[in-house]
Order: sequence, then structure tokens, then C-alpha cells
Amino acid sequence: MLERIYKAQQLMDAACKTLGRQINIMEVCGTHTVAIFRNGIRTTLPKAIKLLSGPGCPVCVTDQGYIDIVLDLAQRDDCIIATYGDMIRVPGSNGSLETKRSAADVRVMLSSTDALQLAKDNPDKTVVFVAVGFETTAPATAVVIKEAAEEKRENFCILSGHKLVVPAMRALLAEKNDKIDAFLCPGHVSVIIGYGAFNEIVNDFSRPCVVAGFEPMQIIEGLAEICRQLSQGKAELKSIYTAAVTEEGNTTAQQLIAECFEPADGCWRGLGRIKKSTLKLKDKFSRFDALKRFNITETPVEDTTGCRCGEVLCGLIDPPQCALFGSACVPETPVGPCMVSSEGACAAWFKYGRKKQR
Amino acid sequence: MCLAIPARIVELEGDRAVVDTMGNQFKAKTTLLPHTKLGDIVLVHAGFAIQVIEEEEAKKTWQLIAEIDEFSDTQNRVSG
Ligand code: SF4
Repeated sequence: MLERIYKAQQLMDAACKTLGRQINIMEVCGTHTVAIFRNGIRTTLPKAIKLLSGPGCPVCVTDQGYIDIVLDLAQRDDCIIATYGDMIRVPGSNGSLETKRSAADVRVMLSSTDALQLAKDNPDKTVVFVAVGFETTAPATAVVIKEAAEEKRENFCILSGHKLVVPAMRALLAEKNDKIDAFLCPGHVSVIIGYGAFNEIVNDFSRPCVVAGFEPMQIIEGLAEICRQLSQGKAELKSIYTAAVTEEGNTTAQQLIAECFEPADGCWRGLGRIKKSTLKLKDKFSRFDALKRFNITETPVEDTTGCRCGEVLCGLIDPPQCALFGSACVPETPVGPCMVSSEGACAAWFKYGRKKQR
Repeated sequence: MCLAIPARIVELEGDRAVVDTMGNQFKAKTTLLPHTKLGDIVLVHAGFAIQVIEEEEAKKTWQLIAEIDEFSDTQNRVSG
């Protein structure tokens, strides 16, 4: 173990020396962000290595317009809102599901299958499932959509907020922050999409992409592998999470996503509209689309709170640079989603010591 | 929220499974892993098994989770 740490340190030091400047590595996954903070990994890195927390927490990237639609639907007395617990405290323009809870029927689910069951148990109400998450979570929604279609279930629909990781990485590099030198790629998204999915980032943008698991040693070795490539002037695709990630991923899950959804342009908090970055239900399943069922048109909402989540998610600022951080915005009374989600960069900075981290 | 937790399949009927992670049992579906068998250790995310993994790997994660729980327990004691 010590030997492995020593070797990783050597690779990192070498990269710092060769490049002679700050090295910006973005971890794309919120679970990595938390693991990095919890294990104090930032404090062990050479000063020149800067870790940026990317748009990798599905809650943090959900835009306010989406939350507002959920809140509107929650006002209807013919609807039950079924949501993963992560979404319940995210503020919209006017309150969150939590603050609306007394007046609305909001149920927290651990799985999409529970949401469908809820519809079966409540035939006189329409269950709206708040379907958020990246490629890891989308297959779970696809399974229940197919089941609902087979059962001809009329009182079930979803509001798809599903997002795709690779288009966001492309948009980041192309439009928001070209200072990102490399990506530490998400472990469990890669279980589904396969590490091969990041090939286009390596090829089109010449940035190292390394998939790692969530143990501290995996993260350190992932960062070291990135440093090895950078100091050799290379950009390669590599997975060191061999225990769970294959090149092609879970093809059953991919087929299910492809059967139910198609990529559509969509809004990300902080990143704006990104081409083909969200999943929209295919026409043959449109009767399960809450937007169509309730005739809703999405309207972009301007965030007037002063929250700088967008810049945080692009790696342009660290959370403490936001004026609201730690004063108006704390985990108990979050202003933005990066403080709501336990995987959000602002929450992680707040929880694990604001001064000690870099 | 993309985290998947390792769990052992202790009951399996069609694609409906009961899985066990560190003594806690809960329901999960194996729809995304059509070839899993009873006794397999799988990564479970949002109620669905997404990948089969080796016991060695699962143990590492379980150990990590146990450490975190202990850690938050001590923190709770300190602050409470
Ligand atoms: S500290 Fe709060 S208001 Fe500032 S960027 Fe983070 S979530 Fe937004």
C-alpha cells in the first residue's frame, strides 16, 4: 500500500515539474467529490494539482425550470409526486418540494418500481415520477416505462430530467472551461455506458480520461495515471476500475435506454442548453410523458438568487468564492442545489472544513 | 446519487431478488442483469442490480461503508 502511494506521489511530482504550472483535473462524479473530501485527498496532493468538482451530481445540474414544473404539478390535487429523496430540498423559484409538502402529496421513493406500485395502489390519482439521474439511473426508469406500457397503466407518468454525462463534458471543454487538463471519469455511470464512451473526449479534445472506483487508493491511482499521461504529453483512455467497469458497459441497460428514450437538447444548471444531452421519452411512450399529459411547455427561468452554482459546476470558481457560501447558504437553508445535495461541491466544502482544503 | 452498493442475492424469483448488504435485506430487480444467479454479489443502484462483482471487491466497499458509519457515529457522539 505504502509503495503504491509512493509511486503515485512520484508520478504526480513528475507531472508538476514537467508542466511547471497548475494542473486542473476535474472529477465528474459527485460520489468522487465526497470521497475525495472525506478522505482528505486534496490535502495530500502537490500544490500545483487542483481538483475541480464537475457537473456530476444529478441534483446539482437540474435546472430551476424543471423544479418549478415539479412544484406546479405538486399543487394539483389529482397528482401524487414520487421522487428520489435527493430532490426533495432543491429550491425552485418559489420553495421546494419539502416546503410544499404539507399542501401536496409528495412521496420519497428508493426505486422507480416503487413509483409504479404507488400508481397501482392509487388508481384515482396520477403518479408523476420525478425521473432524474444520469445513465446509471435512466435504465431503472426505462424498465418501469415498459412495464407501465405493457400493463396499459393510465395513471402513471414521468417528468424526465435524465441527463447524459459525455455531452456535458464536451460542452464544458468547448464552451465553458478549456483550462481543464483531464477528467477523472465516474465509476458507476461507466458501469452502464462502458469506459469506451469517453473515447470521443480523448480523441476530439486530447484530454486524458481515467475511470476510477471510489476507494481512496483508486482515486489516488487514477489521479496518478492522469499525471503520468500529462507529463508524457499524452491523452489516453484508461479504466483502473476493472472490478466493475468494462469497455462496452451493460448492454442490456443501454438497449433499454435506447428503446424508451432519445437524446434531446436540454437545460443544465449553470451550463445552459446542451445539444443532445438529455433523455426524452420516445413518441411511442409519449402518453407517459408528464409534459405532454399536462400540456406543459418548459420555459427557461432566470436565477436571481445570486447563487454561483453554474460557475462552481464548470470548475471556474471554488464554493467559498460565492458570497452566499456559509452565510446565507448553508446545508440547512441551501440557496442552490450544490449546497442541497450531499454530493454537491458546496456541501462537501462546507462539511469537510473550508480552510484546510485547496 | 450515482452510487451503487454491493449486495448479495439471497432470494431470486424471475427478475425479483432480495439482496443483503451488511445484514440489511431489501428488494432489488435483476432486469438489467439477465444472467445473475442466486448467491451472486451485485452492485445495486436505485433498486436495480447493474453489475456482478467479485466478493473481494464487495468486501472492500463494505469495509469502507462500515468505517464511514463508525466515523459519523463518533461525530454524532462528539456533537451530541
Ligand atoms: S454556496 Fe450556495 S449559493 Fe453559492 S454557489 Fe454554492 S449552492 Fe449556490
